[in-house]
Amino acid sequence: MSIKNWLLPRSTVGIGLIAIALIALPFALATGGQAWVRIANFAILYVFLALGLNIVVGLAGLLDLGYIAFYAVGAYTWALLASPHFGLHLPVWAILPIGAACACVAGVLLGSPTLKLRGDYLAIVTLGFGEIVRIFMNNLNAPINITNGAQGITLIDPVKIGDFSFAGNSTIFGLTLSGPQKYYFLLVALALLVIVVNLRLQNSRIGRAWQAIREDEIAAKAVGINTRNVKLLAFAMGASFGGIAGGVFAAMQGFVSPESFSLIESVMILAMVVLGGMGHIPGVILGAVLLAILPEALRYGVAPLQQLLFGKVLVDPESLRMLIFGLALVLVMRFKPAGLWPAPERKAHGNPNPEEGRA
Amino acid sequence: MSDNTNPTHKPVLLAAKQVAKHFGGVKALRDVSLTIRQGEIYGLIGPNGAGKTTFFNCMTGLYIPDGGGFDFTGTPLVADAPDQAAARGIARTFQNIRLFGNMSALENVMVGRHVRTRAGVIGAMFNSAATRAEEAAIRERAMALLHYVDIAERADDLAKNLSYGEQRRLEIARALATEPKLLCLDEPAAGMNATETGELRELIEGIRGDGTTVLLIEHDVKLVMGLCDRVAVLDYGALVIEDVPAVVQNDQRVIEAYLGA
Ligand SMILES: Nc1ncnc2c1ncn2[C@@H]1O[C@H](COP(=O)(O)OP(=O)(O)OP(=O)(O)O)[C@@H](O)[C@H]1O
Ligand SMILES: [Mg+2]
Repeated sequence: MSIKNWLLPRSTVGIGLIAIALIALPFALATGGQAWVRIANFAILYVFLALGLNIVVGLAGLLDLGYIAFYAVGAYTWALLASPHFGLHLPVWAILPIGAACACVAGVLLGSPTLKLRGDYLAIVTLGFGEIVRIFMNNLNAPINITNGAQGITLIDPVKIGDFSFAGNSTIFGLTLSGPQKYYFLLVALALLVIVVNLRLQNSRIGRAWQAIREDEIAAKAVGINTRNVKLLAFAMGASFGGIAGGVFAAMQGFVSPESFSLIESVMILAMVVLGGMGHIPGVILGAVLLAILPEALRYGVAPLQQLLFGKVLVDPESLRMLIFGLALVLVMRFKPAGLWPAPERKAHGNPNPEEGRA
Repeated sequence: MSDNTNPTHKPVLLAAKQVAKHFGGVKALRDVSLTIRQGEIYGLIGPNGAGKTTFFNCMTGLYIPDGGGFDFTGTPLVADAPDQAAARGIARTFQNIRLFGNMSALENVMVGRHVRTRAGVIGAMFNSAATRAEEAAIRERAMALLHYVDIAERADDLAKNLSYGEQRRLEIARALATEPKLLCLDEPAAGMNATETGELRELIEGIRGDGTTVLLIEHDVKLVMGLCDRVAVLDYGALVIEDVPAVVQNDQRVIEAYLGA
């Protein structure tokens, strides 16, 4: 429960300020163009993904380099069940659970053969799994066209709740909201839900079993944890989160193709977890937001900055952007090896349950 | 001294039947048979490399024996299933302490409650009333056990930050959290000074007093002879003798095994 105190400011004033900032953000960003709202949306989507991966890597200590595969499964599930491709247009309350379930099954499929593997070996196998899924998406267009191959699937339905569509402008209470702005609020709501679920899992019987396996698998076995089942559960839970995020991604973009699910995406999400602070929810959120925004901020910032410094653009902004990005990663890991915001070391005697102590 | 309280009338808790284990050419256990009775403190001694830890590992399902097996409370133990051994009521500590270092002392003991509790992910996600109640009970029981082994003031510290003696105690508390019928301690006094060893001895006697059978691997012969109801001696993987301390102490083969080692 101590984690909660770190995440949430103690005062209601603090919570109020954060709420106001979260509500005002899409309007402030929109003044710079809808592109910025979209960047914020992706940042939140990455928070979602990183928290899902945090269950597998941060809590259970299973190094998974193929996490994007579950995102892909969720995205393609949505794309196939809500697009003209098969002529299916299922409602959101049906597709999201189906997507989560498909991803969950994929998680168990990946998990079961890898249960005896650890560390680097597991990383290699999961990496292969991620690639296999992507290649499947790329090639499942013959003999029966399921995924439409490299062209991907277009004209995917947006999220619709009743008659309310999240695409296009709509006016609520006299306030005109753009599509990205509406998705922003949907994503914030989903992210809050995921944060709550993560906190609860972490401080639960199963969450402790995950951490025990991470810390010492043999000792975990000896105290009676069925490590096989508990690890599978970690894969399944992480994968389900990935599946839901993938579904929202497909709906938001209106388009999916295998290209979006390359190895580098898995690496990025892992980097968010590690750079933020493995196993520490606020750290993971910070890592996801920073790594999602930094490349975009650099995209818009690098050229003008060169103009300012040298009077002209000396280096191609695109290559400089990735250079700075890589350098930032190296520097953080060099000087903050436990991540930017690692779990606080619990100190001397305190109330074992500070939440109740305050009430 | 408990030399003449040999509880031969007590029911058998664990019977090892011709347990064999080899690693390549090394015969770590050669058809070891022994019987541990309910309520006793049973010592397992022998020179370095005699096979004591290997015996523990076979019994708790971490190693698969190459021959023989174990009966526990009258029914066979499944090989290769440590979680089932724990569920049946066998708990252990490790010669090289194995704690969950980056979890608090309290959480370490709470993990020990895993095998006696039920809450799953669904209950946790929805924070159901049943889950909350179970969680509170787990926490309370774990805290009580920390008090029992006298390290309650370290509850919120990470296990890796505890002193050596505290870590040994924490490992015992974690094992006790599984509600064992048989508690197996692998050299719990290793590296302890005389005072700490004395406290440990009291703790072990207290645990037996609460009705838990104790199996103790120990190099400190004085501690073993003073504390145990019966003692088995292993040498080169074979059982030399199994008897009350007074007999074991004066056995010619035991003296040779120790002096000859
Ligand atoms: N996993 C293993 N692989 C190979 N050999 C092993 C393994 N475990 C134990 N051995 C060998 O089996 C023999 C018995 O070892 P074991 O650890 O059981 O002895 P022990 O009686 O516990 O000794 P100590 O008092 O030093 O702890 C030794 O020769 C050891 O080298
Ligand atoms: Mg040993």
